[in-house]
Amino acid sequence: MIKRFLAFAFLCALFTTIQAQDCTLTFKGKITDFHDNTPIIGASVQIIGINKFTSSNMDGLFEFKNLCAQKIELEIKHISCDTKRLTIDITKNFYKEIFLEHHLNELNEVVVKATSKAAITSIEKSLKKDNLNNFSDKSLGDALNTLSGVSSLNTGNSIVKPMIHGLHSSRLLLINNNVRMFDQEWGDEHAPNIDINANEKVSVIKGANSLKYGSDAIGGLVLIQPKKYAVKDSLFGNLATSFNSNGLGGNINSEIVKTYASGFYAKIQANYKQFGDFKSPNYILTNSGLKSINTSLRIGYNTYEKGLSAYYSFVNNQFAILQSSHIGNVNDLVNAINSQQPRVIEDFSYNIDFPKQTINHHLGKIEGYKRFKNLGKLSVQYDVQLNRRKEFDLRRGNRSNIPVVDLRLFTNTLQANLELETLDNLKLETGFLVRYQQNDAVSGTGTSALIPDFDKYELGIFSVADYKLNESTAISAGLRYDFSKIDAKKLYNITDWNETFNYDELFPEFETGVINGTRVFTNPNYTFHNFSTSLGFSKRLHQDVSLLANYGLASRIPNPSELFSDGLHHSAARIEIGLLTIEKEIANKFMLSLEKVNTNFGYSISPYYKHINGFIQLVPVGITTTIRGAFPVWEYQQINAQIFGVDIDVNKQIAKKFFYKGNISLLQGDNLSEEKALIHMPSTNFTNTISYTNEKLNRLTLQVNHKTVLQQNRFPDYNFYTFNATTQQNVFVDISTTPPTYSLFNFYSSATFKTANKATLKLAFSINNIFNVAYRENLNRLRFFADEVGRNFNLKLNYNF
Amino acid sequence: MKTIKLIALLFILSITITSCSDDHDDHDHDHEEELITTVTYTLTNGNNNVTLVWEDLDGDAGNNPAITNGTLVANTTYTGIIKLENKTESPAEDITQEVKTEGDEHEFFYETSIAGLTVTKTDVDGNGNPIGIETTLTTGSAGSGSFTIILKHEPTKPNTGSPIAAGGSTDVEVTFSLQVQ
Repeated sequence: MIKRFLAFAFLCALFTTIQAQDCTLTFKGKITDFHDNTPIIGASVQIIGINKFTSSNMDGLFEFKNLCAQKIELEIKHISCDTKRLTIDITKNFYKEIFLEHHLNELNEVVVKATSKAAITSIEKSLKKDNLNNFSDKSLGDALNTLSGVSSLNTGNSIVKPMIHGLHSSRLLLINNNVRMFDQEWGDEHAPNIDINANEKVSVIKGANSLKYGSDAIGGLVLIQPKKYAVKDSLFGNLATSFNSNGLGGNINSEIVKTYASGFYAKIQANYKQFGDFKSPNYILTNSGLKSINTSLRIGYNTYEKGLSAYYSFVNNQFAILQSSHIGNVNDLVNAINSQQPRVIEDFSYNIDFPKQTINHHLGKIEGYKRFKNLGKLSVQYDVQLNRRKEFDLRRGNRSNIPVVDLRLFTNTLQANLELETLDNLKLETGFLVRYQQNDAVSGTGTSALIPDFDKYELGIFSVADYKLNESTAISAGLRYDFSKIDAKKLYNITDWNETFNYDELFPEFETGVINGTRVFTNPNYTFHNFSTSLGFSKRLHQDVSLLANYGLASRIPNPSELFSDGLHHSAARIEIGLLTIEKEIANKFMLSLEKVNTNFGYSISPYYKHINGFIQLVPVGITTTIRGAFPVWEYQQINAQIFGVDIDVNKQIAKKFFYKGNISLLQGDNLSEEKALIHMPSTNFTNTISYTNEKLNRLTLQVNHKTVLQQNRFPDYNFYTFNATTQQNVFVDISTTPPTYSLFNFYSSATFKTANKATLKLAFSINNIFNVAYRENLNRLRFFADEVGRNFNLKLNYNF
Repeated sequence: MKTIKLIALLFILSITITSCSDDHDDHDHDHEEELITTVTYTLTNGNNNVTLVWEDLDGDAGNNPAITNGTLVANTTYTGIIKLENKTESPAEDITQEVKTEGDEHEFFYETSIAGLTVTKTDVDGNGNPIGIETTLTTGSAGSGSFTIILKHEPTKPNTGSPIAAGGSTDVEVTFSLQVQ
């Protein structure tokens, strides 16, 4: 009854509306290209709701007759252009010029395709949301580790740094939402403070195309990108949770997105992660848990012509560091190496005891863009980062709660880019940035600061051009200039200053004349000029086969630890010495890639060669006697180095619904100055994955994965002897020999279920290290103290609504 | 270009704010509070006093330590006491007190290559386990060799008396050369 009444009322209403309107209006329009004002021919124009269609003629013109005075919604479509929707209020005869855009990758609509790249000529690999979801309770480094050519530098199992072609820390650029991360990234045990759950796509750019972000991407670039939302009214979100048997922990992540047809959007996301002590096959790794709270907020307004957005993210990480890794001197280290078992093994606990790290990272940015006709897109971004890192150690006299390292790094950057879009075959992007950074070694730690207070100023200008020679060939070239100035304040031991390092003669200009007992107060000041270039070439040889070639010249200025480190690094049980004489590092990088993108059979073969002049490395140089006994002294040195290798990826459909994927990375690093191997280089490793996917059966996926890491046989021998008073003997300290080969097997399964209203529920179950293999990884700084994590059962629920 | 102006303004503002709130104090750098610069082991036997001193005033780097070795009388019993100090503080900080307070988390070990020389710990912590600040040293026949004092932080207590088996991390490990005659 009610239905009938409503239908009647609706009909009445419709009738009255139609009757009341004057339906003789004409709407004319012209469709032109935004960039060069040329008319777009043959675009289809539809008035939605009313069955009226037309298309633009040779002059880009179209016309609708006999329209009623009303609000109409127009949809304009053209091949290779993004569909555009417009709402127009028609009250009289009307003429409107409509701009269309035909550079697909520029659109505000969601166009994240498997092959979408940061640039056509760049050599890159990426992980999309689906893959990232598998790592929701892990770190960015763990997720990237699955890509060929990428490994990780670990401190225990929670602190994971990505490594590209054997290079890490200051040699990698991490770009998070177009903001370059500054979170004391120079330290070996300083993991990037990025919540992977907050993002949509992570790409690793191994070759070229990094000039837009900096001159120092000697290793490569990690690009973390958010999702672009469709311009329509919508509300959606995601709730994901996971549980792990090893560490008895997991995470919960939630995000809600609201978008409007007007172009406004807002997103809020929060993530909580907690783990207790992890377990290796034979023992509990006491004090290895973590706790992490992350949240991000994004609001903005986006149209094709202009946009303004604001982003804020907060990351709070607390990492426990294996208690057994806290040692006092070389003899303790020898005991740890010889004992095969960690010194402290206690019952499972969620406690995060000493040693530990707590890090807070705030990142905020405002970005705006506007497109100018016959010119291009101008974007301006301002971002701020505040990083506070506290490292706690096991200390005497109730001091454990006072950090031994307390650093506050404030970074702010203003940058502007102009993309010229007027020419069809040429895309030119030019920009500049100014950056001011302040590092504060917060006082009150009761230790001398690991790195000193400094101010850093930077100015950069760059220009990159992409030129399409023809349908199958493209070249790109870029040039960048950077100016940097470091102004530091540091106390030096007078003996070290005058005698050990001879700084009083080398750097008299750094002396301030202030002498504080046994210490001299100095003001080191540096300026650097860096030029960098890149050249890229891509050619499509066949339907789905392309060849890419890249060359890059990159320069990196020394980071504060390389210049200023001076003293005991507690967590590493070594004395680390930076040198004021360290100069910038200059790298020449060559890379090739032959790729076939095809689900039946695809591959990519990417050989590369890097020659690095003045490569800065931290190596053991001897032993010093302290009141705690003997300590190894590690010093930063500059040498010439080369790194070359090849990354190979293969995928093959082996039967209906069965797929194979594999990759292998071969790498060799040489210290050319001393004719020996480079320290801490990843060894040959390969993975094989066989998966079964059935789309019809709730997208059921079953996957078996295998990874083998071969023993690194090329390593420099920095072993030494030390005297052990207890045994009254000289003891061999084997800090160089690498751990043996290991193989791990993993299993993964998932299924997706449709629930009400387009919502989906994805269930995933996986087992890592199925055979509970006890192994040690060469690139784990705690490899002397304990085995890696053992078997883990993981259950994940992911609800999209 | 309102946006650009706004952003430029924000940038300048933030620089100004941070410059104003600049807490880079040229002289606020911390002293090494936990640093032990000096280990003094005093041995007394009536009118025969021997003092062993191991001192490194400028910390881990810098100058070499100054070591005062000693000569003991054979077949003699001495009363020994350890003193740890941080002389970079003024007045010098007595760290022995800190170790004593946290007696259950610390233990001294005495290792020597000299035959017949033994050290017995005479003090105990709250749990009745030895600390080793106070000791009795007994010499045997004449000889010479090394004498090492080790302080372990968080060792297993009680233990077998061997610093390796006791575990923990080393806070002090100083070696003297001794003569017994």
